[in-house]
Order: sequence, then structure tokens, then C-alpha cells
Amino acid sequence: MKWVGKIAFYFLVTLIVFYAVFPFYWAVVTSLKNGADLFKVEWIPTSPTLVNYRSILTTDSFLQSVLNSVLVAGATSLFALLIAILSSYSLSRVRFRGRSLVLLTILSVSMFPQIAVLSGMFELIRWLGLYNTLSGLTFCYMALVLPFTVWVMRGFMKSIPKELEEAAILDGCGPTRIVFQVFFPLMKPALATTGLLAFIAAWNEFLFALTFTLSSDKRTVPVAIAMLSGGSQFELPWGNIMAASVIVTLPLIGLVLIFQKHIVSGLTSGAVKG
Amino acid sequence: MEATASVPVFPIDRPASAFKRWQQWLLYSRVFWAWVFLAPTLITLVLVAGRPLLGTFYLSFTDAELLTLDDSVTWVGFKNYAAILSDPDWWVALRNTLVFSFLSVVLETLLGLGIALVLNEEFRGRSFLRAAVLVPWAIPTVISAKMWTWMYNDMYGVINAGFMALGLTSEPVAWLSSPSTAMFALVMVDVWKTTPFMALLILAGLQLIPKDVYEAAKLDSGSPFRIFFKITLPLIQPTIAIAVIFRALDALRVFDLFYVLIGSKVDTGTVTIYARQRLMEFQEFGVGSAASVLIFLFIGSFTLLYLWAVRPQRDEA
Repeated sequence: MKWVGKIAFYFLVTLIVFYAVFPFYWAVVTSLKNGADLFKVEWIPTSPTLVNYRSILTTDSFLQSVLNSVLVAGATSLFALLIAILSSYSLSRVRFRGRSLVLLTILSVSMFPQIAVLSGMFELIRWLGLYNTLSGLTFCYMALVLPFTVWVMRGFMKSIPKELEEAAILDGCGPTRIVFQVFFPLMKPALATTGLLAFIAAWNEFLFALTFTLSSDKRTVPVAIAMLSGGSQFELPWGNIMAASVIVTLPLIGLVLIFQKHIVSGLTSGAVKG
Repeated sequence: MEATASVPVFPIDRPASAFKRWQQWLLYSRVFWAWVFLAPTLITLVLVAGRPLLGTFYLSFTDAELLTLDDSVTWVGFKNYAAILSDPDWWVALRNTLVFSFLSVVLETLLGLGIALVLNEEFRGRSFLRAAVLVPWAIPTVISAKMWTWMYNDMYGVINAGFMALGLTSEPVAWLSSPSTAMFALVMVDVWKTTPFMALLILAGLQLIPKDVYEAAKLDSGSPFRIFFKITLPLIQPTIAIAVIFRALDALRVFDLFYVLIGSKVDTGTVTIYARQRLMEFQEFGVGSAASVLIFLFIGSFTLLYLWAVRPQRDEA
């Protein structure tokens, strides 16, 4: 009877894989169809074509939005890492009065519903003259990204053996050198993981990007894709939309699969281990 | 302090008082630098979170409108709050948010638990399965919303084709048009997108269970079901509790999914859709801010619940 169980188990595994991957597979299939083929349900496109890809890759506004997203997400994760490596040292290595309060504050900011800061942020960004700019988006993404960056980095830094720091102190290293010369080299994988998580968060963000940009040349990818439309509400260019979706999703899937072990440990250290 | 507590003996050619002074100085300088290092984070958080939050609170008591935001605004007290609480649309949106969050978190937890249990087994293809499960998580929400909008299409959608082929429905259904099927459709997308997160969190909890616990249970000839309900479930219950609250907080503030799949329609929208519509589309900054504050307070109470749940682990160094 053992093989019955085994077959059932692998059936379950297949079912899970199908469930997880099918929608993306369907997007790929759709992106390879054109004209009337789009409206036929076929598992494998009978006459695959790259015409959707050609059309989306020659659309200036789409390319501009990819560039915008890269700039905003890159700047956001860079700033967040830079600030977070310093504070995560304080929060993981030094005991001082008020530490729990700071930790609680950071944790609760990471739980903020974005809508709660939307109107205040709108006012602030307009006052700073950053409305409809990429720097304005980077500015408000710090609210989104910084708290969990600190939290995840703190988890990584806690795992560095304290003997290392003690030895550095005895050698006369001040805190700045401990962070940048002793810990920094050891933290490289952690920085890559945290940076990637921050990048993905900023890359995927929609509410701020939708509200704080106005012109199409300042849109990020999610807004651009949400706004892709055809001649009327009823003839959406599904081939183009799916081609654009596949183009911006493939690199993410690739990165996530390459870093999957680290990502999982980063995510879980943030949420489970506190 | 953990570093200084076990500092080895200070060079013996100095008097003991010098060692004391050195230790004291070290302690003070560590705390001083700790605050210096914290400063950029704290200043940034005050600027990007504290200041806007106060701004929202302030605006919620005024008659501000989008076009007159730069002019002076008038204090109106709790008028905006009264306006929202007497607006039936707000209550519909609140109900939708709660129904959506409840359904999707329950389904995600059950499905996530199932996938975590499968991933916890050792079998060939396990790493492939884990990679496949991560795919929905890696796809941006807006894009998965678009993908599903297309799959739900009433004329050409693959879901209608599949349901009709299986004989589940006799004619195509316009899933996103009526509130009842739209809610079901939205829950399905959210479940698809966030179950991986749930599964990975629960898997992390499962892997913390020592192997010998199971071996002991097997010696006592417990059936797999008994082992699951008597041993596994109680042991991962804290992990599940935290994951559930974490996900619930996320589900309660959902925006992109609803906005992309059905647009700013209040009868099928959430509170965030409602608040943003008042803010940006109706340009009523005062009323919209009041709605935002209500959402903040509402989700804030859930946050307190979460903080309470992670409390035991919070302060170990």
C-alpha cells in the first residue's frame, strides 16, 4: 500500500505546483498570442509570436517607467541599508535605556496602514516641492522600507558572535570601525538579502506611486501597467499587458529563486523570531 | 553590555582602578555611540512617518480640500468624523474589508499549513516545489491583479473555460461585476498571492520542532493524525498565531488588488479604497483624512495585538 500513498503525495505536489505557477504560465502564453488567438483558450499557443514584446519594448513610456522604478527602488534600498546598518548595530549590540521603546516604535511604524499617512504625506511632499518627482517617491518609500530593513538587519547582526566584537574592542576599535570594518564584511550576504527585500517592496509599491505622480514620464512600473489601456475601456490590449508583466516579473522571479534560502531566512527572522 | 560583561583581564601592568575607569568609559561611549547611530533612523522616521501622520490627524479636523490645501483651512472639530460615520458607504466598505480579511486569512492559513507540511517532508523535488511556491510571492501585486483580471474575463477568460469544461457552470460568469462573486474572486487572488508567505512562516516554525519529539511519538505508535493534532499543531500554534495577525494586518489595509481588479467602486471596495476616493477623487481632504485616521485607529488596535503576541521574544538581546 506504500506506493498508493506515494502516488497520492506526488499528486498533491503536482497540484500545488500547478496552482502556484499556472497564472504566470497563462500570462506567458497570452503574451505570445496576437489578434484572434488571444480570445481562444489554448494551453500552448498554436502560432506563437513576439509581436507584443516588440510593441511594448518600443513604447517609450513603458521603458521610462522601468527606468523610474529601477532608480526609485535602487535609491530607496541603498539609503535604507545605509541608515539601517548603523541603527541595527545599536539595537542588537548595545543595551541602553529606551531601547525597547525604540524597537516598539520601529515595529509599529512597519505596521502603519499606508493610507494613514497619505494625506499628510501629500501635503508634506507638495510643501517640499517634491510632488510628481522620483525623489519624492524615494522619500516616502523610506517610511515603507526603513522599519523592516532595520528589523531584518538587527536579526542578522544579533547572530554575529560577540567574541568578535570583544576582540575588536580590545584592539582599540571604536564603534564606527566595529560596524564598518569588522561587521560590514561579515554582513555582505545579509545586506544583499535585506537590500533585495527592500528593492522588491519599493518596486511593487502602488498606492504612493499612484497618488504622488501625475505625468506619465514619472510613473513607476506598477502604475504604468495598471494604466495600460487601449482605445476604449472594453478593448484592453491584453497581449501587451501580459508581455509587459512578463518582462518586469521575470527578473524578480530569477532573483527570488537565486536568493531563495536567504530570503526565507530574512522574512522569517523578521516575523517569527521577533 | 554583553560585550563588556566578559571583557578579559585588562593589561596587568596597570592598577585595578585604571581598569575600572576604562570599563566605565567604554560603557558610556558605547551608549553614546548607540544613540549617534540611531539618530539617522529616528530622524528619518519622524520625517517620513511621524510628520505625515500628524498632518493627517490635523487635516481630519479641518475643512481642507485638495485645491485649497495651500490656503488657510478652518477648524471644524469632529464634523468630518460625523460625516463618515453617518455615511452608509463607509459601513459597506468596512464590512467588505472585514469579510475579505477574514476569508482570505482563514484560507491562507489552512492552505499554507498544508503546503508547509508537504514542504517539511523529505522527498525528491522538494527544492523545486519550494521554488515554485515562491513564484506568486515574487510577482508584484498589481501584475498578479492584471493576470487574474484576464483569467476572470467573462468572455475569453480561462477560468470560465475551465469551469465550463468541468461542468461547474453552464454559462460564462462575469466574476468581477456583481459584489458577491467579486468578493470571492478577490479572495482567491489574495490567497494565491500570499499563501507562499504563510507556508514559509509555518515551515520555519515546523523546522524548529526537534526530530526526537516525533521519534518518541512514533514509538508510542501514534497515528499520523494523532501526532499532528496532539504534537505538531500545539507546537507550531504560536508561529501560526503571529503569522495570522501579520497577514490580517496586511489584508485589512489592502488596496492595489481592489483598485486594479474592480476600480474605485465603493459597493465592492475596502476602507482604503473609500478613504482614497474621498481624498483624491472627491478632493475632500478633511473627510478623507478623517477616514484615514479611523482606519489607522482600527488597524492600530490589531497592531497592539501583534505587539502583545511577539512580546516574550522582544527583549532577549
